[in-house]
Amino acid sequence: MESVDLLYKAIYILAIFGITLLIATYSTYFERKIAAFIQDRVGPNRAGPAGLLQPLADAGKLFFKEDFIPNKASKALFILGPGIAMLVATMSSAVVPFGDKLIIGGHEINLIAIDVNIGVLYVFGVVSLGVYGLMVGGWASNNKFSLLGAIRAASQNISYELAMGLSLIAVLMLSGTLSLREIAEQQSGFNWNIWYQPLGFIIFLVCAFAECNRTPFDLPESEAELIGGYHTEYGSMKLGMYLFAEYINIFVASAVMATLYFGAYNFPFMEDLRAAISDPVLANNVVTIVGLVAMFTKIFLFIFFFMWVRWTLPRFRYDQLMKLGWQILIPLAILNIMLTGGGILLKEYLF
Amino acid sequence: MEPLSNRSKKVQKREMTFTERAYLPAIAQGLGITLKHFFKKKATVQYPEQTRERSDVWRGLHVLKRDENGAERCTACGLCAVACPAEAITMTAGERKAGEEHLYREEKYAVTYEVNMLRCIFCGLCEEACPKAAIFLQDDKLAPARYERDEFIYGKDRLVEPLKTTETK
Repeated sequence: MESVDLLYKAIYILAIFGITLLIATYSTYFERKIAAFIQDRVGPNRAGPAGLLQPLADAGKLFFKEDFIPNKASKALFILGPGIAMLVATMSSAVVPFGDKLIIGGHEINLIAIDVNIGVLYVFGVVSLGVYGLMVGGWASNNKFSLLGAIRAASQNISYELAMGLSLIAVLMLSGTLSLREIAEQQSGFNWNIWYQPLGFIIFLVCAFAECNRTPFDLPESEAELIGGYHTEYGSMKLGMYLFAEYINIFVASAVMATLYFGAYNFPFMEDLRAAISDPVLANNVVTIVGLVAMFTKIFLFIFFFMWVRWTLPRFRYDQLMKLGWQILIPLAILNIMLTGGGILLKEYLF
Repeated sequence: MEPLSNRSKKVQKREMTFTERAYLPAIAQGLGITLKHFFKKKATVQYPEQTRERSDVWRGLHVLKRDENGAERCTACGLCAVACPAEAITMTAGERKAGEEHLYREEKYAVTYEVNMLRCIFCGLCEEACPKAAIFLQDDKLAPARYERDEFIYGKDRLVEPLKTTETK
């Protein structure tokens, strides 16, 4: 790799990292706004125009609060917990293709931080590490409520990862690759996976909600019964890190869902747009940038959906959660695999 | 037991249909309801900038009026204190001295006049009892929240209507 390419890559990685953090910051603002709108209120509107500086004010408040560590807590792990949560959350956006390739001065720049051929596995591996942040933090707090919250988080994540993985296998059977980039390329135009995998998508969506600990699956941090669950003892920016990691996870889950099922950066009539511009380099760049916008639109729609659901549905009871995961979603996912396999065989037989 | 009225309904517990058990249609319905609220008109009144419109007969903070010459109308007769159901009004009477005619309208006046806004129920009976048309409840002011209980006892300094400065010109 040339040094220019390295430079471009470094700029791209920094940009994606910044955008991830920015989106997570403003997710808190939009969460509050959306909650307010759904409840016929107007939400934060005092800090800055339309309340746009509210996330900064919140962060400032959290930074200046006393950084309290309980006496009986395991200090090192107590500090490590939010760190792991944050690190893992920011890691997973590395393999998501946010756009196709840009051509600047003869250099092709792929709008993906690391193009690995096992992208899907990487995302799953990293996301499943996220539960360690919760687990370590909850255990280190030396508090029964925290521990219960952490155990809930662990068992919930393990249960739903299973169904998530199984629903994903059907997509992998269709695409025949583990690379997120190739999966994205195969869905060019309007040929999105959602048309072939509606059932798989619903299972994946439900599991993504559970993996992000969002309502109706926010049992690890249910404030009514567990006083906040694993972050009961946390305050100051350490609490902020946990909440921040949650929003980054939502962003990543939205990005992964958009990539796997909703055609990533592909949009309808993209080939028509490419053909309409005579200069091939310019045509490529225009299509890529429109695709980038399309990708982020999809991600924002998913983030909105996450919040919309949160302010609509109440929380599951724990046995209902387990029953849904093990007795409904996993059999459905297996059924989906068989249906997909049958469909693929039928297609080979007919054509 | 004999039912008191025949309005009671017998509750039937039936099996849920498949669509009900599938849960997703119900979720879609719920999402529809919340989305409808998303675009509804908001109920919020942006308080310091906007205030809610008050009724014409709204009773707010008390005021002790002056007459057309700027002298206090109150003669400390105590009828308002008697009429007050919450016993919020106390006063001490004093005799007007020579040279104070421009301050107090009659020979007797209120040296102190206190209304405890924590006791007051803003019923307006003091206003009705006053024979001198001295005390009124304003329709545009209210007793704001404060940190100390003492600050809710409004003395003459805060009750008496300020002198109209335009007349001295």
